[in-house]
Amino acid sequence: MSSFFFFVQLLNAVQYGLILYLVASGLTLLLGIMGVINLAHGAFYMVGAYMAFAVVQHLASFWLALPLAIVLGLALGALLERFLLSRLEGADHLSQVLLSFGLILIINEGQRIIFGNDPHGIDVPGVLNFSIPLSETFAYPAYRLFVCAIGIVFAVGVSLVMARTRIGMMLRASAENRPMARALGVNAKRMYLGVTAAGIACAVLAGVIAAPIASVYPGMGDQVLILSFVVIVLGGIGSLPGALVGALLLGLVDAFGKQFFPNFAAFLVYAAMIAVLIARPQGLFRGTGT
Amino acid sequence: MAKTTFDRRSALKVMGGAGAAGLALRAFPSPAIAQGAPVKVGFMLPYTGTYAPLAKNIDQAFRQYVAEKGDKLGGRAVEYVTVDDQADPSKATDNMNKLVDRDKVDVVVGTVHSGVQMAMVKIARETGKLMIIPNAGADAATRAACAPNIFRSSFSNWQPCYPMGKVMADAGHKTAMTITWKYAAGEEDVTAFKEGFGKAGGQVVGELWVPFPEVEFQSFLTQIAEKKPDGVFAFFAGGGAVKFVKDYAAAGLRKSVPLYGPGFLTDGTLQAQGEAADGLKTTLHYADDLDNPADKAFRAAYQKRYGAEPDVYSVQGYDAAALLVLGMDAAKGDVNAKDPLYAAIRGAKLNSPRGPMTMSAANNPIQNIYLREVKNGKNAYVKIAADALSDPGTGCKMV
Repeated sequence: MSSFFFFVQLLNAVQYGLILYLVASGLTLLLGIMGVINLAHGAFYMVGAYMAFAVVQHLASFWLALPLAIVLGLALGALLERFLLSRLEGADHLSQVLLSFGLILIINEGQRIIFGNDPHGIDVPGVLNFSIPLSETFAYPAYRLFVCAIGIVFAVGVSLVMARTRIGMMLRASAENRPMARALGVNAKRMYLGVTAAGIACAVLAGVIAAPIASVYPGMGDQVLILSFVVIVLGGIGSLPGALVGALLLGLVDAFGKQFFPNFAAFLVYAAMIAVLIARPQGLFRGTGT
Repeated sequence: MAKTTFDRRSALKVMGGAGAAGLALRAFPSPAIAQGAPVKVGFMLPYTGTYAPLAKNIDQAFRQYVAEKGDKLGGRAVEYVTVDDQADPSKATDNMNKLVDRDKVDVVVGTVHSGVQMAMVKIARETGKLMIIPNAGADAATRAACAPNIFRSSFSNWQPCYPMGKVMADAGHKTAMTITWKYAAGEEDVTAFKEGFGKAGGQVVGELWVPFPEVEFQSFLTQIAEKKPDGVFAFFAGGGAVKFVKDYAAAGLRKSVPLYGPGFLTDGTLQAQGEAADGLKTTLHYADDLDNPADKAFRAAYQKRYGAEPDVYSVQGYDAAALLVLGMDAAKGDVNAKDPLYAAIRGAKLNSPRGPMTMSAANNPIQNIYLREVKNGKNAYVKIAADALSDPGTGCKMV
């Protein structure tokens, strides 16, 4: 393998990892800070993708879908917390699993009723609809590089918020020790509302951003959900830097696994997870665990 | 992950129950059916999920053909029973038992997914129930697992892929790489292509296997760019086909390494693929603008009846009905008159929308495979890639 193609695979790995990070960050927030297992996270990702499809169809602009995704995601998240999750406070994980599994069914059925079962493609927005030639035969789509850039900006932004702001401090405290953070005056109700809204917004936004390269089809959220869980288990539940490292690691295992061990490619991602679970059950970065 | 566990577990329970019920029911001989009672046709198709559009088109075209024949099978009225198999192999046995034991259908028409199909084949072989396969291409259904009561109106996976070997060799390609999902249909497609390409003097220099049903291809496309074969043979369907064709174009590979595949790569997906699919050459037993009066009549009637364009899946459903009508007419409506029933289907000479179609000794269609090229959002006919092609039917022993 020449160094050129090694570099390209590295780029593939980072780009894939950053998309996964966008999705998984919301999942790890909910799980780490609120202890909520949200199986519907992938379904919200799908909501984002279908919303992008609808916006492109009816308003003929992909860029409009980005702010709309944030608004829609925040609203959905707030509703979810206010009317559903808040009722389950103190309930066990099984109730959360049942609730979010029910949400998956509802969202999937809603998608079927509104959009039908056909797969759809979304055109890459005009300004980014070109590829950058890397060799005479191979080019890299500009949109994928744009996704990389968004992922990096998001990661830097999130880590700044977590490290430098009061909100970040409260979030870290809650992830570390929920009862103690509460005792010290963190307003749990408000924080839960905010965290759920932000977490779901992450999923919806990731769905919009991924739509032009992932295409839009029924059940697209299921696979992403599984990979997101792998990411946060790798990185340590509740840890945002952990999710970033986990996602990048998964990207590397995936890209190079497919190159060097094609027959085991599907399994390698999980093998990595098992290895981490054996060596460091709490994940690469310490999270709360439960 | 949670979804499948959940489904499987509940499916197991149901299956256990259904199995017991099935045994109990089988203990009683079914009453002789009066000639006046309707023929029960059981559709087992994936009415929900990724393959739902295929199921709908098969179902619609089947009913269209029967309606064109006066809604009668061998002089008897028709009653349809439908079961949604969700393209889920783990529920296949249970679903098939529902039709055979609970609903006591006279004939099963299904299905799309090859994994589900093989479970159905097993039961059809055990019970001797007449079954017509309107899509699933699993080679074994008309090879080692063939049976006198199992017919196929679609294709074997081998059929559309084998001729592509010669097509690519004739285009001057000496080396090729293959890429597909790692599952039964993908493996059968690639095997058939390799056989055809090898016989035509070509050499497959690399096989890429994408975990099913993943649609992240970037790492594989990089490997194609690295190896630079003369051409690529790809098999994907549905959402995977949309994404693969678009990613292939975006990676700049389309001009340097031409892409080929069986027709499923561009059937029912062209609208979503857009210009990324332009000029793509595929082989299949159907094309969008065949110069064929039967096809023109079929398309016009289908559009009038359903307000939608038919596709290859509609044609397969239509011909499944044509085979059944032939058999039932010969048996004068008596599904138990197996000799005339099966003989008539085996001897079918259909003037199908796809062109002439007869049945092989293994009950698989003998049909033309067309080379098509994507032009203006259509799979335009180019030429006949293989004339009256029959699946080898290796290992088929009819009892």
